[in-house]
Amino acid sequence: MHRTGDLFGQYQTLEQQKDSATLGMWLFLVTEILFFGGMFLTYTINRRAFPTAFGVGGNMLDLTLGTANTLVLIVSSFTMAMSVWTAQTARKKLVPVFLILTLILGCAFLGIKVIEYKQKFDHHLVPSLNFDISYRVNHPAPGDSPEEIAKEKKEIAEGLAADPDLNAHAQLYFSLYFGMTGLHALHMIVGVGLITWLLVKSLKGRFSATYNTPVEIIGLYWHFVDIVWIFLFPLLYLINRHLG
Amino acid sequence: MSEHIVSPKIYAVILLALLVGTLLTVAAALRDFGPWNIVIALAIATFKATLVILFFMHARYVKGRTQLVVISGFFWLAIMLSLTLVDYTTRRPEPSTSQRSVPSAHLFHV
Repeated sequence: MHRTGDLFGQYQTLEQQKDSATLGMWLFLVTEILFFGGMFLTYTINRRAFPTAFGVGGNMLDLTLGTANTLVLIVSSFTMAMSVWTAQTARKKLVPVFLILTLILGCAFLGIKVIEYKQKFDHHLVPSLNFDISYRVNHPAPGDSPEEIAKEKKEIAEGLAADPDLNAHAQLYFSLYFGMTGLHALHMIVGVGLITWLLVKSLKGRFSATYNTPVEIIGLYWHFVDIVWIFLFPLLYLINRHLG
Repeated sequence: MSEHIVSPKIYAVILLALLVGTLLTVAAALRDFGPWNIVIALAIATFKATLVILFFMHARYVKGRTQLVVISGFFWLAIMLSLTLVDYTTRRPEPSTSQRSVPSAHLFHV
């Protein structure tokens, strides 16, 4: 590819080059909005059809871990925006610092997700595997508090009274839980890979006040993944918390 | 370059707003507002997302053409959500008894 300094051959000015890249990334993000949008739509339709099961399922998610993950991603968006700023203001030494911080936070998010998924696996809440919504209350682990188990048992009993097919409908909820958070986590992993690539380049001093486009547009991708989680969190974790 | 550089001060203010919004949405979820719980949760989420889009993603500072693309994305999402829900929210149970041959079909006339 023909390049003069930071300007690639097909562009007339650096501004046009940056504009083009930004527009391209936004067009891709629009496809992503509709990609995730389809799953949010599926969620909405199924939640309207099976509100009891969704409430019971939602309460089985760990609110502390979910909130922690939300805060982690929000701070990571801040550190990512800061890495763009350090590149724009030619603070070359600081660019990798903020990229590393973003990476750490991104990996923290994924680590917490692994813990959550393991919990679901242990509680037999993985659809098609050995799904049984009552498994945990019938086989409590030594670390489970009796009050918590009793509360969940009562909730499941009330749920079954309102919806005899509670187990099947809760399986639907967890299919969506794994589908949506799994797709999101996949996007996070890709993001971690992209930021690692940025980090390597930034350590070589590639980004400057005149050329910081890759940082900016990968930042756009990262912020988008944050926004998806901003909506996933209330819809999955905060359905029924006020009841009991 | 005529690029607009957003200052870290603005980023810090937005970060604070996002963190506060998160704690607020959790606090609101733990209290009973009836049918308003979901409205509050989605309103806070939309507010947070708007802040991220306008300031972290610089949508407030880009050219009109790029802004048009951003708005279009959400416009198409709105079409997909609203028109599909228009279908599901206006379904009425069919008088035919053959519907019962599918065990949970009666649950889908939402």
